[in-house]
Amino acid sequence: MNYGLLTTEILTAVLGLIVLIAGLLLPERGKKAVGFLAVLGLTVILANVILNFGHEAVFFNGVYQIDIYGNFFKVLFLCAALLVFFMASRYTEFFGQRKSEWFSFMIFATLGMMVMASAGDLITLYVGLELMTISFYILSAYLLNDGLSAEAGIKYLIMGALSSAVLLFGMSLIYAASGSTVFTEIYRTLSAAGNIQPVLVAGIVMMIAGLGFKISAVPFHMWTPDIYQGAPTPVTAYLAVASKAAGFAALVRILLVALPLSLFNWSLALAVLAALTIVIGNLIALAQKNVKRLLAYSSIAQAGYILVGLVAANSYGLKGVLFYAMLYVFSNVGAFAVTTMVEVETGSTELEAFNGLGQRAPMLAAVMTVCLLSLAGIPPLAGFAGKFYLFSGAIQAGYLWLAFVGLLMSMISVYYYLIVAKAMYIGISQKEGPILVPLTARLALWVCLAGTLFIGLYPGPLSRITEMAIGLFL
Amino acid sequence: MGDFPILSLTLFIPVIGAIIIMILPREQERSIKYLAAISTLISLVLSLLVFCRYDMTNAGMQFVESIPWVKDLGVNYALGVDGISIPLLLLTNLIGFSAVYASWQVAERIKEFFALLLLLITGVMGTFVATDLFIFFLFYEVVVIPIYLLVIMFGSSKRVTKEYAGMKLTIYLLIGSAFLLVGLIALFIKAQAILGYPSMDIKTLAGLNYPVAFQIFAYSLMALGFGTLLSMVPFHAWSPDGYAGAPTAVSMIHAGVLKKIGGYGLIRIGLFILPAGAKYIAPIIALLAIGNVVYAGMICLSQKDLKYIVGYSSVSHMGYVLIGIASLNLISINGAVMMMFAHGVMAALFFAMIGNLYHKSHTRNVADFGGLAHQMPRLATGFMLAGLSSLGLPGTVNFIGEFTIFVGAFRNYQILTIIAISGIIITAVYILRTLGNLLFGPRKPEWDHLQDLRGPEMVPLLVLGGAILLGGILPFTLMDLINSGVGQLLTQIGPIQIGGIF
Repeated sequence: MNYGLLTTEILTAVLGLIVLIAGLLLPERGKKAVGFLAVLGLTVILANVILNFGHEAVFFNGVYQIDIYGNFFKVLFLCAALLVFFMASRYTEFFGQRKSEWFSFMIFATLGMMVMASAGDLITLYVGLELMTISFYILSAYLLNDGLSAEAGIKYLIMGALSSAVLLFGMSLIYAASGSTVFTEIYRTLSAAGNIQPVLVAGIVMMIAGLGFKISAVPFHMWTPDIYQGAPTPVTAYLAVASKAAGFAALVRILLVALPLSLFNWSLALAVLAALTIVIGNLIALAQKNVKRLLAYSSIAQAGYILVGLVAANSYGLKGVLFYAMLYVFSNVGAFAVTTMVEVETGSTELEAFNGLGQRAPMLAAVMTVCLLSLAGIPPLAGFAGKFYLFSGAIQAGYLWLAFVGLLMSMISVYYYLIVAKAMYIGISQKEGPILVPLTARLALWVCLAGTLFIGLYPGPLSRITEMAIGLFL
Repeated sequence: MGDFPILSLTLFIPVIGAIIIMILPREQERSIKYLAAISTLISLVLSLLVFCRYDMTNAGMQFVESIPWVKDLGVNYALGVDGISIPLLLLTNLIGFSAVYASWQVAERIKEFFALLLLLITGVMGTFVATDLFIFFLFYEVVVIPIYLLVIMFGSSKRVTKEYAGMKLTIYLLIGSAFLLVGLIALFIKAQAILGYPSMDIKTLAGLNYPVAFQIFAYSLMALGFGTLLSMVPFHAWSPDGYAGAPTAVSMIHAGVLKKIGGYGLIRIGLFILPAGAKYIAPIIALLAIGNVVYAGMICLSQKDLKYIVGYSSVSHMGYVLIGIASLNLISINGAVMMMFAHGVMAALFFAMIGNLYHKSHTRNVADFGGLAHQMPRLATGFMLAGLSSLGLPGTVNFIGEFTIFVGAFRNYQILTIIAISGIIITAVYILRTLGNLLFGPRKPEWDHLQDLRGPEMVPLLVLGGAILLGGILPFTLMDLINSGVGQLLTQIGPIQIGGIF
C-alpha cells in the first residue's frame, strides 16, 4: 500500500489543527494571517489532489478507496471551500474573536467530506459523515448574537442526530444481512445469497433516508429552509454545495458498489423521491420572499435533478450527477457570494435588499443573474449542459415521465429566479452609491462567473473528466 | 471564400459589440449607439454577402463550418445555410439593424439596452445557421432571458404591466421549450440506439428510420414547443400582451423573427427528421391554423390599442404559415418560408412606426388619433406600406407568400383553405379601418406638435419598406433560393402523403 496517496487527508487534518492552534497562539494583530494560512494550505492540498488525480489505491482491504471518483469530489470540496473563504472575507468580521476557529471548523468539515467520498466501508463513511455534520452544527450557530443562527444550530443538531441514528440503524441492518461493512464484501455476500431478505430492504430504505437528509431530498428536507436561512451566509453556501455533494458521493458509491441494480432494483423508489423533490422544492420556492430561503428551496429542487441521474444509473446519468455537482459549486457559490455582499451592505437577505443592485453594483447583479439562470438550466450556461446529461440518462433508462416532470419544473423555476433579477434591475433601492466589493470577493465572483459560462459553453473537458471518474461503476 | 468562417463572423460580431459596449463607460452614449449600429451593419452586410454568393445550382448546406464540441454527446459546433435559412438570416439582420435605429431615442440605461439587444440578435441568428441540434437549442433558449430583461427595464405598462407581460411571455415560451427539449432528448437517445454512436447532426438524424409511433410522439412534442413560439392557437396568449409590454425594438425582433424560429424549427427539424410524424399530425396543425387565422383575426376587429391590433394580426398571419407547413408540399412550404420573411419585415415596420408614434404622443389608442397624414406624411407612408402589405396587396412581398401558400394548400385542404382565404377579408377590414381612423380625415390640431420621421428614424422605414417592395416586385430573387432549399429537403425525405389522424 502506498500511504503517500493518503497525503491529502493527512494534510487537511494537519492544516485544520495548525489553523486552530495558530488562532489561539497568535496575538490579535496576527490573526489576519490565519485566513491567509487556511487559503494557502487548501491551495497546496488542491494542487496535490490534482497532481495525483489518476492514482488509484485500495487501503485496508477495501475500507478506504483512493480513486478518480473520490478525487473528483475532493477537488470539488476544495474548490468550494476556497471560493467560500474568498467570498467570506468581509463577512468573517461578524465572527469577531472566533474568526480563526471558523476557518478551522470549515477545514474539518472538508476533511469529513473527503472521507465520505473515499469511504469503502460503512463505518468509515459514518465517521466521515459525523465529522462533517458536527462541524456544521457548530458552524451554523456561529453568529452568537443572532437568534436565527442559534435556532439553526439547535435545529440542525436535533434533526441531524436523528437522521444519523436512522442511517446507523440502516447500516446495522445491512451488516446483519450481509455480515460485513465493506462495500465490496457486502456485494459479494448478497449476490452469493441470491435472494433479498426483507431486513435488507429495511436497511436500504433507512440508509437512503439517512443520506436523503444530507442531500435534502423530499420528504427529508424539512430542516433545509430554516437552517439555510439562519446559518451565516458563507456557511450556508458551503452547506448547500459541498455537504450535498458529499451526500451524493456516498449515496452513489453505496448504491452502485454495494447494492447494484441487478441485485435489488431501487431505481423506481428513487425516481419517485426525485420527482417529489423537484416538484415540491420548486413549488414552495415560488412563494419565497427571502433570498436565502429561496435558495434553500431551490437547492432542494437541485438535489432532485441530481437524483434523476442516480435513478438512471447509466453512463449519461452518472456523468450528469458528477457534472451537475461540479457546476453547482460555481453557480450556487456565486449566488450565495452575491447574497453575502448584499447582506454585509444592507444587513438583510430579504428580496427588497436586492432592489436596485443592477444600478449600484452591475457586476454583482450580473453574476447573480447568470448564476441563478444557470441553476434554472437556461443555455448557454452550465446548468443546461448538466440537465441535458441528467435527463438524457433518464430517458435512456426509460424514465420519460421523470424527464417531463424535471424539465417542466425547471422551466417553472425560472419564475422565482427571475423575480430576483427583477428586483435587481427595476427595484428602487433606499440607498444610493456603489457597493464596495473587496478584491478577494471579486476574485471569487469572477471565478464563479467564468466557471458557469465556461462549463456551459464548452462542456467537453468536464465531461471527459466525469467520464473517467465514473469508470469504476460501469 | 474557401475556409473563411463567414457565418461565425456574422453570428459573433454583435456579441463582440455587446462586450465592448459593456466595457465602455456609461457616459459614452453616442459611441454605444454607433457601436450597436456598426456591429449590426457588419452582420447585415455579411449576410447579404452570403445571400449573393450562395450557389443555388448546388443547393444544400453551404458555408459549412464544423468543430467537434462535446464528444460524448456527438455535438459539433456546426453551422451552414441553405435556401430555407438564408432568407431568415437576412430577415434577422434587416430587422436587427432597423431595431437599433428604431431605439435611437432610448435615453436611460443605454448600455444595458444595446448590449442585451445585440445578444438577442445573435441568439436569433444562431438558430437559423446551426446545423447541429444541440447548438440550435442553445441559441433557441438564449433569446428568452435578454427579452425578459429588456421588457421589464424598458417596456411600457398600458393595459397590462410590463412586469406581467415580460413574465407571461417568458414562462409561456419556456414551458413550450420544455416539451421541445423532452422531444429532442428522446430523439437523440433513439438515434443513438439506432446508430450505435451519439450524434446531434440534423442531417445524420434525418437519415434514420424511426418507428412511426415514435415519430408521432416526438413530432407532437415539437409541434407543441415550436407551436407555442409561433403563437399557434391555443398557445398564443403570450403574444399580444408580450408585444404590448415590450419596447419597440423587442416587439420588432420578436414579431419579426423570433416567432419564425417556430416555423423554421417545424420545417428543418420536425418535417425533415420526422416526416411520418409530420404527416400524421399535419391535419391537426391545419385545423389549429384556421383557428389562428379566423379567431385571432376576429379579436383584432375589436382591439383599440395599436400594438394589440398588430399583435393579434401577427397571430392571425401565423395561421397562414402553419397551414403552409401542414400541407407538406413543395409549393405550400415555399410559400410558408416566403410568408415568414414577408410577415417579418411587415410586422417589424409596423412596430417601428407604432413605437415612434407612441414615443412622441404617449398614446397608442386609435381613437385618440386622426388625420395624422397631415402632420406626419413619412410616418403615414410607413404605416400604409406596412398595412397594405399586411392585407396582402399585390406588389408587396406578402402577396407572394400568401398566394403561394393558398395555391399549395388547396391541393390538400380545400375547405380549410377557403376558410383561410377569408382571413384576407378580415385583415382588410381591421387594417383599413385602423389606418383610416389613424391617418386620414380632418387634421387634429392637438397633434400639430408631432414631428415627422427624420434622421435615424428614417432607417427602419427605408430598410424594411425597401425589402417589402423589392420582394414584391422581384419575388424570384428570394423565391428561387427558397425553392432550392425546400426542394432539396423534400427530395431527401421522399414522397409523403398527408393522412393518418382523420
